[in-house]
Amino acid sequence: MNKIEVKGVTKVYNKKTKALDNISITIEPNKIYGLLGRNGAGKTTLLNILTTKIFPTSGEITIGGEEVFENDKVLGKIFYIMVDSAMPWAFHRVFKRMKDFYPDFDIEYAKELADRFDIDVSKKSKVLSTGEFSLFKAILALASNAEILLLDEPVLGVDPNHREMLYKEMIKNYSEKPKTIIVSTHLIKEVASIVEEVIIIKEGRIIENNSVDSLLSEVYTITGRADNVDEYLRNREHAAVDGIGERKTAIILENKQNKDISLANKLELEFGNVELQELCMALTEDG
Amino acid sequence: MLLKFKDDKAVYIQLAESIEDDILREIFNEGEKIISTTEISVKLKINPATALKGINILVDEGIVYKKRGLGMFVVKGAKEKIMLKRKNGFFDSFIVPVLGEAEKLEISEDEIVKMIKGAKANGRN
Repeated sequence: MNKIEVKGVTKVYNKKTKALDNISITIEPNKIYGLLGRNGAGKTTLLNILTTKIFPTSGEITIGGEEVFENDKVLGKIFYIMVDSAMPWAFHRVFKRMKDFYPDFDIEYAKELADRFDIDVSKKSKVLSTGEFSLFKAILALASNAEILLLDEPVLGVDPNHREMLYKEMIKNYSEKPKTIIVSTHLIKEVASIVEEVIIIKEGRIIENNSVDSLLSEVYTITGRADNVDEYLRNREHAAVDGIGERKTAIILENKQNKDISLANKLELEFGNVELQELCMALTEDG
Repeated sequence: MLLKFKDDKAVYIQLAESIEDDILREIFNEGEKIISTTEISVKLKINPATALKGINILVDEGIVYKKRGLGMFVVKGAKEKIMLKRKNGFFDSFIVPVLGEAEKLEISEDEIVKMIKGAKANGRN
């Protein structure tokens, strides 16, 4: 199977900027992953390294147990187009070139998707708008039939109608032909129910690598009078505290099963759930 | 079928409950086929593993069953099973919060009963 293993990877740019700092992760096959983090956290660097677009300063990456560097057989399993890739050709030529790289590329399916997403295949890809180009890349990815798809901001500039269609097509494609999909995005709310696993990067380090379900079961909020909230927070790990006037809400980093219900009742606090986006924001806050 | 998920419960639990609702409302009838997991995931934009987890709750509770190669079907007697289960949870899910809110607003028990009777009479149930 195509398990991706990243072992102790560090990337330093210009001898001083550490984009990735000794990261190790295992990406299980046939699951949809969300790769989350703030601008400059190292998401794109990681994707570029996975596909050997750039080389790590140190560390190793294997797919299905095989080294990726200079290994065309392994690289042919991964589909990835960089965000700013220029493709100065007409569509039919792009499709043909895809077929050279990805022998299972489905040209008919790609044409059908282009039609459904209102992309005029008589144009050249370089004259597409940002949104159209995002869609075009996503179409190439879905039609590639590669075993691993890396999607970097797949809905950048795409209108909500087409975003919705694309998410649905992605799920349909994945249901019919299970594959590993890694989606790097800032639109966390939109992908929160689509991804099964989440990797959160902060300042070049992996701070979370877990399923959405277990991640969200390890966190809850309490709301109430500020001094009471502070009392509940004593000896509890918490990520973010926010308040209006005398009321405060805090995100507690503790399993829901360990809630102290009697203390909360005594202090007149209310429990709440945390959404993936809120949690990600709290965990990647500066400082 | 429910189209918007709330954030107070896991998505797969809300999915299972909404299918139960559809069985109670006879949108899915006993002995008939329900919507497939793929259709659920695509329509509701949820991960297929989540959809499967939701369906599996219903399988474990004997509400739907799988016919190999054909899909998921509603068990005969499923509606009654769901009603019984929901009745058992009715007190905790509905009565307790009503009493809690009523206490905050200083609404008496008599007033609550009056409201319920009034709503029934106005056909607002």
